Amino acid sequence: MSKQTETAGPILEIDNLSISFFTRVREIPAVMDFSVQVQPGEAVGLVGESGCGKSTVALGVMRDLGANGRIVGGTVRFKGRDMATLDPEELRDVRGNEIAMIYQEPMASLNPAMRVGQQLTEVPMIHEGISQADARTRALEVIRDVKLPDPERILNAYPHQLSGGQQQRIVIAMALMSKPSLLILDEPTTALDVTVEAAVVNLVKDLGRKYGTAMLFISHNLGLVLETCDRICVMYSGEAVETGSIHDVFDQMHHPYTQALFRSIPLPGADKNARPLVAIPGNFPLPHERPPGCNFGPRCDYFQPGLCDRDAPVPMEPVEGFERHQTRCLRNTEIDWSAPLHPPVQTEKPAQGPVVLKMEKVKKYYEVAANVLFGKARETKLVKANESLSFEAHEGETLAIVGESGCGKSTFAKLLMGLETVTDGSIQLDGRNIEHTPIEARNTQDVADIQMVFQNPFDTLNPSMTVGRQILRALEVFGHGTSDDERMDEMLRLLDLVKLPREFATRMPRQLSGGQKQRVGIARAFAGGARIVVADEPVSALDVSVQAAVTDLLMDIQRKHKTTLLFISHDLSIVRYLSDRVMVMYLGHVVELGTTDQVFAPPYHPYTEALLSAVPIADTHVEKKHIVLEGDVPSALNPPSGCPFQTRCHWKSKVSGGLCESQVPPSRHLAEGHEIKCHLSDEQLANMDAVIKTAAE
Amino acid sequence: MGRFILRRMGVMVLTALCLTLIVFFMTNLAPNLEKLAKTQGNFRMSDEEVTTYLADHGYAQPMLVKYGQWLGFLPGYVIEGTDGLTRAKCQGGAEPVETTPTFCGVLQGDWGTSTVIKKDVGVVIADKLALTGKLMFWVLVLMVPSALLIGILAGMREGSRTDRALSTVSITTSATPEYVSGVLLIAVFASSAVGLKWFKGTATSAMDTATFENFFLPVLTISLYGVGYIARMTRASMAEVMTSQYIRTARLKGVSFPNIVVKHALRNALIAPFTVIMLQFPWLLNGVVIVETLFNYKGFGWAMVLAASNNDIELLLGISVVSVIVVLVTQAISDIGYVYLNPRISVT
Repeated sequence: MSKQTETAGPILEIDNLSISFFTRVREIPAVMDFSVQVQPGEAVGLVGESGCGKSTVALGVMRDLGANGRIVGGTVRFKGRDMATLDPEELRDVRGNEIAMIYQEPMASLNPAMRVGQQLTEVPMIHEGISQADARTRALEVIRDVKLPDPERILNAYPHQLSGGQQQRIVIAMALMSKPSLLILDEPTTALDVTVEAAVVNLVKDLGRKYGTAMLFISHNLGLVLETCDRICVMYSGEAVETGSIHDVFDQMHHPYTQALFRSIPLPGADKNARPLVAIPGNFPLPHERPPGCNFGPRCDYFQPGLCDRDAPVPMEPVEGFERHQTRCLRNTEIDWSAPLHPPVQTEKPAQGPVVLKMEKVKKYYEVAANVLFGKARETKLVKANESLSFEAHEGETLAIVGESGCGKSTFAKLLMGLETVTDGSIQLDGRNIEHTPIEARNTQDVADIQMVFQNPFDTLNPSMTVGRQILRALEVFGHGTSDDERMDEMLRLLDLVKLPREFATRMPRQLSGGQKQRVGIARAFAGGARIVVADEPVSALDVSVQAAVTDLLMDIQRKHKTTLLFISHDLSIVRYLSDRVMVMYLGHVVELGTTDQVFAPPYHPYTEALLSAVPIADTHVEKKHIVLEGDVPSALNPPSGCPFQTRCHWKSKVSGGLCESQVPPSRHLAEGHEIKCHLSDEQLANMDAVIKTAAE
Repeated sequence: MGRFILRRMGVMVLTALCLTLIVFFMTNLAPNLEKLAKTQGNFRMSDEEVTTYLADHGYAQPMLVKYGQWLGFLPGYVIEGTDGLTRAKCQGGAEPVETTPTFCGVLQGDWGTSTVIKKDVGVVIADKLALTGKLMFWVLVLMVPSALLIGILAGMREGSRTDRALSTVSITTSATPEYVSGVLLIAVFASSAVGLKWFKGTATSAMDTATFENFFLPVLTISLYGVGYIARMTRASMAEVMTSQYIRTARLKGVSFPNIVVKHALRNALIAPFTVIMLQFPWLLNGVVIVETLFNYKGFGWAMVLAASNNDIELLLGISVVSVIVVLVTQAISDIGYVYLNPRISVT
């Protein structure tokens, strides 16, 4: 196509762009003085926490800011043309044709009532006026490009008939239909599982290369940006704070926020005892409550009163000695950027305590009607949500449960909590069997002992009750204290425990930020002095800088109270950082169980190996083996025969006799406390390479 | 699909049975029967005369026996009355008692006789249903498209001037009861008060031949009330769809605004109002009483009121069964239509 080669200059040139949203009360500046350039064929990453304005930039480029948003300053030039001068007709011509966008939630961004084919063919039919038949041929071609099987069937399918990964591929295909010269990707993989994410990212990189498309990649995940982009722009509270090439910014960062961000994410080598993460203090400022001077000032370690809080905008300045590397810091030349991190408080690893929780061969099967609405009522199918789960958890230990969606993690948590009862096997709490006691039949102490911290702090607090009242309620339920005063004291003590100011007791949940809400959730869980806490992805809904603080808090409470933490997560970086032992699950099976060191080093279970290679790591020194899993996680309704992982396994050909397809592998003991479910021979396992290698510095 | 329809039929029969039993019980309460006797006989009957009248006409039997007879499940009564005449339930007109069949109930296709209209209930209902059906049909023809149009125009640009104007109109019409709008319309368009006299203020002649002139006002009166409701629902649904992410996708694909509305938004936006439209059928069937009375159009609602005020047991039962069938059939249509509109739900 000629579209990509027409112009020699930058594809996209954003100069001092400012975007504001206008409400009845005030003007809310969302993006201020933002500049970035995207050269042909280049991929630029836009990184920042939620609310920093990165998506607004994308919509500003597309000139789709809604009724309230307006560009109040600066220009957006696309191939040298000022986007602000385009009339609606010209704008429509650019959208979808020259600039295409890929969105965060594929399910929501596809029209549920239109067939995939129709949604795809529409694009070239509008922009190039080609016939339906030609457009269909093009669609088939593009679907093959995004590596979807059976293109004909997919074209005739409705979006809901595809899996999340397939839907995202369709969205990508839709963006590529007119071979655009700029692709804007807004958190394209956030809603996907890690292994699917890895495949999608790989695909985007390949296609970008094939079609020569320039990309603007918006993400909160630094690791992902490292894997996909050439240049990066870090945003904080509506401003770009640092831009430069990936290697300059990752290795020679020149802004305190970038530095703090890197210190708060769990990279390989971080350890909860020896090298804990450093959370960024304070909270993200609301758009109408930004401080004078430097926006990051109040949270910055290098803050200098009189300089950083002077009421004048901080300019973006080039960093000396680098090419196209800019930072927005007044003290940029004074700070010694290579100074090593002040070692924070180190703690001792506690000794292993007695066993408090023991699960043995726990099975949970669900019976579902084959067709819920109109089918024959008696025809049922068995969903094997958990298949012989066995493990022990010790006092004061963190056991991580890792796996992608549909692997049975949540069922496991429900069984433990008593929300469901087991089909077979036993669960012992302090040696007593509780597997058949549903939560209604458990005594108060047992209920208080096992508590949960939920994934989404936004949905789990009652929006019409004050924070204090919700904690008091938990104390009442757990029968704590004899009088209201006593409980009130305890509630304030719990707020102290989770490091929230005491005046938060009278606040409503909506007045709290995500991290603060999660702290309330933790306080509630510990109201009855919980001994076992099931944390179901407790930080995955939070921003990176807040994640570190919440993780830190959990660790802190755990050390003080010797709590057993069952940490359910799909994020292997954080699992490696804080867990003592790891259990990897796939389709209801525990495929690997061992200490963190054992699981993260070879020999791996092939699934663990793939998971490890799929997790993006924000460290330029790390070299990873790339294993891309084909396809999606099979449905638990229709699991593959034999080994659950055999449909996607790369090692399957190494096992002779079709063993993988016929037999579920037995649990094998590899080392003390290290178990693996795989048919590979000892020799093959021993010869596995490490997935993650850290290059010498 | 077959199974689905079969199950719906079962539900329908069961509901009809329950409802008719309740209606039967209510209409057979002593005071109601007394009223019946007096309206059928004469208003100056003594208590004894009422008792003999009821006994002679089979009303004194146990309630469940009477219900069984109505159903055609039990043999119809044959009673030799105190006045020497032998009456049978299944007696049709003047023919002798000996030739009447033993069973005559709903199962045999006999819906009984209306005591007030003095005709077969089946005939009365078919007759009245046809009249109201005609009214309903034209109401739907006018109401649904205009309501959808108003709703879609208002919802496609939420908060715009068009939206606010149309929303005001639809709130006003749904807040105006039919007896107000009906009287107003008659006063303006049919009376000499304003002098327009475009239409006729009565629809009696429309029962035989409906013309634009004699039928438009009742149709408009009912439609106005329903339009506001459906339009509000459509607007809400449309406004929600227009803010959804897939509409943004379409916009950023470069689809033009009219195409976004017609191709991308419409089908999704119609899912919610479709159910509401289907719920209008039962309302139209029974709720048209006021308009029918106002325009002197003797339809289904009119018959229902007549039957209720005269305790016409068999006519009331027949009307109940028709209502149940209409409600459940429209529900089934609504479910099937839902599947068509929303590909995420399937019947098979």
